[in-house]
This record gives sequence, C-alpha cells and structure tokens, in this order.
Amino acid sequence: MLDLINLRKTFNPRTVNEKVALDGVNLHLDDGDFVAIIGGNGAGKSTTLNAIAGVWPVDEGKIVLDGTDISKLSEHKRAGMLGRVFQDPMMGTAATMQIEENLALAARRGDRRTLRQGITRAEREMYREKLSMLGLGLEDRMTAKVGLLSGGQRQALTLLMATLKRPRLLLLDEHTAALDPRTAEKVMNISRQIIEENHLMTLMVTHNMRAAIAYGNRLVMMHAGKVILDISGEEKKRLTVENLMEQFAKASGETFTNDRALLS
Amino acid sequence: MNIATLLNAMPGAIAQGLIWGIMAIGLYITYKVLDFSDLTVDGTMATGGAVCIMLMLQGVNVWVALLCAVLAGMLAGLVTGVFHTGMGIPPILSGILTQLSLYSVNLWIMGFRANQGINVTKYPLIVSARNVRNLSLNNPILMTVAVIALLVGVLYWFFGTELGCSLRATGANERMSRAQGINTKKSKILGLMIANGIVALSSAMFAQYQGSVDVNMGRGAIVIGLASIIISDVVFGRLFNNFALKLVAVVLGAVIYYMVIQVVLWMGLNTNLLKLLSAMVVAVFLAIPYWKENLRKGGNGHA
Repeated sequence: MLDLINLRKTFNPRTVNEKVALDGVNLHLDDGDFVAIIGGNGAGKSTTLNAIAGVWPVDEGKIVLDGTDISKLSEHKRAGMLGRVFQDPMMGTAATMQIEENLALAARRGDRRTLRQGITRAEREMYREKLSMLGLGLEDRMTAKVGLLSGGQRQALTLLMATLKRPRLLLLDEHTAALDPRTAEKVMNISRQIIEENHLMTLMVTHNMRAAIAYGNRLVMMHAGKVILDISGEEKKRLTVENLMEQFAKASGETFTNDRALLS
Repeated sequence: MNIATLLNAMPGAIAQGLIWGIMAIGLYITYKVLDFSDLTVDGTMATGGAVCIMLMLQGVNVWVALLCAVLAGMLAGLVTGVFHTGMGIPPILSGILTQLSLYSVNLWIMGFRANQGINVTKYPLIVSARNVRNLSLNNPILMTVAVIALLVGVLYWFFGTELGCSLRATGANERMSRAQGINTKKSKILGLMIANGIVALSSAMFAQYQGSVDVNMGRGAIVIGLASIIISDVVFGRLFNNFALKLVAVVLGAVIYYMVIQVVLWMGLNTNLLKLLSAMVVAVFLAIPYWKENLRKGGNGHA
C-alpha cells in the first residue's frame, strides 16, 4: 500500500524562477495496483516520482509505504523498497561495468555492502536465466560492458535490475519515451509481463495516452501539481483517447495541449 | 652526451618510477574509478614522508612508521571527503583546501622545518637510493616491486567485493548508485581515504629512498600521476583489460615517465623547466580525446 498525503514542493522559492511543482498531491494505491500517470509538461508527474524516491525532500506532506512514513529517509535508504527506471537509458545502469556486475549491484539493493564477493557463481546462473527471459540475447553477453548495449537493451536491463529484488513499489518514469516506437512497445510488453508475474505495485509516468489507456488497471491524470482524474475498473477499460481528452477539459478547464501525447 | 651516463642513471629512474607508481595507483582510484579529480595528493605526497621520517627519527619501527604514514594519508582523504560530501564544496576546491592546510600540517609534523634528513647507515630503511645499483636483496627496486605486488593484489580483491563494487558504481553513475541503495557520500569518502592512504605510502617510501623529506616534495604530484595514467592508457590501454593489469600498467606508466625525464635531462634540459614540460605534455594528452571527438563530429571546437 502507498499513500501520498498532501505532497507539496516548490522549486526555487522566493525567486523569479519560483515553480510550484506539487500543489497538494493525494493518491492511494492498493497492493498490486498498476497506475499510469498522465499529464502535460510541468503537471508534476515525474516530480511526484522523484518525491517518492527521495531525490530531494518534500516541503510538506507524507509518503507512507506499507505503513512506514518514508518521507524523511534519504534516497539510498528508500532505495531498498523501490525499483526505479528512468527516462534516459543512460541513467539506470553503469556503462563502464559489466552486465552481470550491474545486476549484482541491483541484487544487493537495500543491503549493507560488505567485503563478501561482489558476485557469486550461483548468482551468475540466476542472472543468465532472468536475462534469457527478456529475449534479447543478453544472457550470452553477461561480461560485456553495459555501454555497448542499445537504448532498448539498457532499459530492459534496468527494468530487470529494478525488479531483481522484489520492490514494494516500482517507479517507471517515462521509461520508453527515449526509444523508437517498436523498441518502446517491446520494453512496455516486458514491463507488463514482469509487473503481472510479480504482482508489483507500480506507478508509471507516460506522455503517451494510448499506452496509459492500454496498460495498467488505473489511470491518473495530473495537472498543475494536482491529481485531477482517477479512473479505474470498468471505466478504465472502456476509455478512449477522445473520451480522455474530454474528461481532461472538464476537470482542468483547459484543452489538452501536448503534441507529443496526441501524436504518439 | 655519454650514453654510459644515461645507462648509469636508469636504475635510479626505474626505482623512482616504481615508487611514484604507487602514488599513481592512488590517483587512479580517485581519478578513474571514482571520477574525482583529487588535488589532495600534492599535500599527501609530503605528509606520508613527514610522518614516516619523523617517527623513525624518534626510534619507531620502520613498518609501524609506514603504517602511521598510511593512516595520516587516509585522514587527509577523509578531510577532503567531508569538505565535499558534508559541506557541499566542489571536488577540486575540496582537494585544494586540504592540500593547502597540509602544507602547514606537514611543516608542523616536521618540527617547523622545511626538510628533515634520515641517515641510511643509522636507520633500517626499507628502500634507499644508495643500494639502487646493487645486485643484492637490499636493492630498493626489489622491495618496491614486492610492495606493489601486494598492493595490487589487495586492491584487486577489494574492488571485487560488494563494497568495492559500490565504489566503482558510484564513480560510473552516481544517480543509478543511489537508486540501487548505495550511500554515494560514504563511497566517495572511503575512496578518497584509500587513495590518499596509498599516496602516503608512496610518499613514505620515497622519503626513505632519497633519505630525506621536503615540504615541497609533493608539488605537482597530481600531474605526474595523471601523466602515468595517460602513458599507461596510450601504451597498454588495448592490451590490458583486467583491473589488476590496469594498475600494473599505471605503475609502468610512471616508470616510463621517469625514464623519459631521465633522457630529457641527459639531453641537457634545465631541471627547473621540468614541471613546465610535464604539465604541457599532460595537457596535450588530456586534449587528445576531446580533439578526436570534435573531429569525429565535425564540430568547430565548442564544448
């Protein structure tokens, strides 16, 4: 379970660049909820994910994950409970380290790093198996440097790293936005497979309305730092792009102006 | 120009290169593994020697004195680490602040004298320039190679452990490291401590080797270290992929550096111009990847 209670964050307060990024975000997720977050530029989608991950402290509000208030914990401490995939494929992996070394780092997320071996033989077998499930042939290149992989391969690997140790919450921050359409779809399908198999509570930010409609059991729309729509169940299943834009106009009093979201 | 003079000077150049190669290994850890340009080393490269020599002059056992030198270096690394991670000071400035403080600290350790000598006949030094042309077990080249072998072995093991991997990850991608639960501040501090401990070891050995410690001994150490790393990259980069071999290559880079210096001096360069020459050579080699990149992109040189 996740509860976001009245989250507020202002960047560059008391300057000309002041920006209210989160203006009282409230959201509740049940275990196993797969929520797609959609909204225009500057709506606060990625900011919400960063607030949960602890990239910076929030000004106000609480983040409660499975009964624990994590809003005061540092980023690396929260990491034990979270799996994260970023928009930039370069961001989620260490390019100069091997595929198996990256996985070994992720397998120890939240654990104390000791003077034990950084990667064991038994682990390698497990990684080989998991990598082969991605269907990208990475299981035969386990000692290759991650920097040699394509963007799609790196995102798939990051996804595997984020879920290697079961996270209580998976945060996907526009993780297919930097990929070409075919690769994006492949990575989305891998995401769905991993999420469904492991029954993971997931927050997925996307610019893509179609993806938001197609994936997940709930759709949340943000606007100006607030949640303005929350659609689930049968209503979510019947949703269309036109319908969604209509609802956006009603809820926000504006028309949805985001070319990227419309065209993709 | 007598070739015999040059050959006669080579054992000394090799020994000096090996000892400074230990320093270059320390620099490799901050510069390459942690991606942190650590200017502390110019200070630490005198601190180690100062601590070691002063303790030995007090009658302390040579190995205990070496250990204390390493600990003093680690302390210097800790200070730089805290400047950076705890006080938000940029890496280069953190190093400069520690380096400047160390100038006073080093003088203080040395009883407020700019240099201190130690006599090889009276004290059991582990390395001494006096024996560098001896074909015996007390040749400093042998002892230094043994120390390097041990050091490379320990570092190879360490950077394969969970903790060592977290240090490498911090240098490779800080944001990813935090997302994987690594305390990147702790990683940086630990890396700086290890690196400066190694630099201090090199300093302590070099002070013994030359039989004295000088407060200016470490000036330009970072440039010599960078030169060694660059030379090792150019000469052995394609050959060595293994971490231990890369460290060995860095030491060999330092040896090549000192051999080249010896040749240049032999050809009649004024010793006072050496630092200028070193800095220019390093600047050019640092520029090469940047120029290559621009050429590849067809860019006009703007970053």
